[in-house]
Amino acid sequence: MTAPLLEVTGLAKTYPLKGGRAVRAVDGIDLALTPGESLGLVGESGCGKSTVARLLLRLIEPTSGVIRFAGTNIATLSDAALRPFRRDAQIIFQNPHAALNPRRTVFASVAEPLVVQRIASGTELQGRVARLLQQVGLPETFLWRYPHELSGGQKQRVCIARALALEPKLVVLDEPTSALDVSVQAQILDFLQDLRTRFGLTYLFISHNLAVVRQVCDRVAVMYLGRIVEEGPAEQVFAAPRHPYTRALVASVLPPRPGALPDAPLAGDVPNAAEIPPGCRFAPRCPLRMERCTRDDPALEGNAHRVACWAA
Amino acid sequence: MTPLLDIRGYRLAFDGFEGRAEVLDGIDLAVQPGETVGIVGETGCGKSVLARSIARLVEMPPGRVLGGSIAFEGQDVFAMDGRALARLRGHGVAMIFQDPMTYLNPVFSIGSQMVDVIRAHDRAEGRSMRARPAARTRAAELLAAVRLPEPDRLLDRYPHELSGGMRQRVLIAMALSGEPRMLVADEPTTALDVTIQAQVLRLIAELVATRGLTLLLISHDLGVIGALCRRVVVMYAGTVVEDADAGLLFDRPRHPYTRGLLAAVPDLARPDHRVAGIPGHIPNLLAPPGGCRFHPRCPLAIPRCAAEKPGLRDVDGRRVACHRAEEAA
Repeated sequence: MTAPLLEVTGLAKTYPLKGGRAVRAVDGIDLALTPGESLGLVGESGCGKSTVARLLLRLIEPTSGVIRFAGTNIATLSDAALRPFRRDAQIIFQNPHAALNPRRTVFASVAEPLVVQRIASGTELQGRVARLLQQVGLPETFLWRYPHELSGGQKQRVCIARALALEPKLVVLDEPTSALDVSVQAQILDFLQDLRTRFGLTYLFISHNLAVVRQVCDRVAVMYLGRIVEEGPAEQVFAAPRHPYTRALVASVLPPRPGALPDAPLAGDVPNAAEIPPGCRFAPRCPLRMERCTRDDPALEGNAHRVACWAA
Repeated sequence: MTPLLDIRGYRLAFDGFEGRAEVLDGIDLAVQPGETVGIVGETGCGKSVLARSIARLVEMPPGRVLGGSIAFEGQDVFAMDGRALARLRGHGVAMIFQDPMTYLNPVFSIGSQMVDVIRAHDRAEGRSMRARPAARTRAAELLAAVRLPEPDRLLDRYPHELSGGMRQRVLIAMALSGEPRMLVADEPTTALDVTIQAQVLRLIAELVATRGLTLLLISHDLGVIGALCRRVVVMYAGTVVEDADAGLLFDRPRHPYTRGLLAAVPDLARPDHRVAGIPGHIPNLLAPPGGCRFHPRCPLAIPRCAAEKPGLRDVDGRRVACHRAEEAA
């Protein structure tokens, strides 16, 4: 087996509140990405998936845990020592309108990582940026345009060009198509697939949309209240989900067909991350709940297809 | 049968600094009592502004009606006086929107807001306004009807204490308080998580069935539309491009845009269906393309498409606005 590009163990992020309580946004997760694969991280609002993205890239500081990237634990590195890692790992955000500075041209935005890392300057810089635009399917005339002159899909392509500028190994995509219309989303998904094969990229693809993840990911991890509750090959997890939460998520997806209203598979709302229930955190909403579930916290167990559930 | 809602040749524009944007370019749509109609389309297609027009909620100016009419129960909504309009809003058409928090006042309790709405409906109906305690009893009944637990306690809570799904149920309860004939739901579950979305859609389906409501559901999500609607209207850049029975539309779409939309939606149950985008992007409505507004992106476009705007025609059991609708099978 190839060595993982990224290996995360016991990753946690806690935000303290008044009165000794704390929000456990990410509550101890283990993850591994092998080079060239695409892992989907799915879950509903507040499950911690975007916090995971930011922790992995050290955009926020983890409370505990190890993040091993190409063999080095980057969780504890200083800002200066992180510099090479910043080249190897990039992120693309949900909202391309907010991710681009409205007062800078496309050229200035895409060139910035090359300037910061002192990789290119002058005419070489302009040539490289033009090539990057070409790679993301935008004409060279876009170099001198401002974000307000571009459509949502074009802005997302600019963000992708900027992320590719440093030839990264890992790209974290945090809901990259959620702000886009479906006809544009389809263009971007297709294009992201193509980029991955062309440049041998490794993706961590975060989304609340299971059908989108099914299109672009080889493996998928399902998060609920700060934990991964199921993880495995996308095909297996979606066709034969084992965790009752994953089952409910899959059953809630509305296919683009008439007359397919599912029975609401889950009652109630997600609990507050400051008041995580004892035992299995899903137990209060779980249709399979047993006595043990409210007492013991299940660990993620299994080989290729792992699940954290006493009843699975 | 007289349609409950009858929109004919409705044209709406917005005047701004950069000129006039024709956001609705001749909408024809009639809805019969008891129908469940979905309007689907992407950003800027005009679906929300059309929904708001029905209850005359579009501010004029900057909005300006360039032509056409909207009639509800045979009455022209643009000719209504204040009293008739108050009656239309609530007893005729009730609306719910995407973000329930925006439509609840954060500083008043749920009960106080519902009581106000119930009493306002009394006034609009020309009845004597019921006393607050009686209105509160009615509010509790409505909260129970939308399956919210412990309605009496909920009345004393504030919007921020409720989850997104609960807030949307409160707004649905308020919408029901005027005993409307038509429910217009504009992206009612877009801000909700999928498991909560399933709960809210099921509730809407039950209310529509038990109360005999006519439903007009606006969504960008073909899954949501397919789940609740028997008839689907597809909009693009301010025009209706196809209007068909849901089964027909999903199985045998005729308009090239409808086909493009269906090909673009990923389907969890069909992972081998690779999504395909529609090249190009939506037109700038300050200077929309001539002829068919979809022609610059259309794989079937011919010179006639740029020259002549296609009207809605009956083809293959549905209405479709495409010069090449017969060939596109």
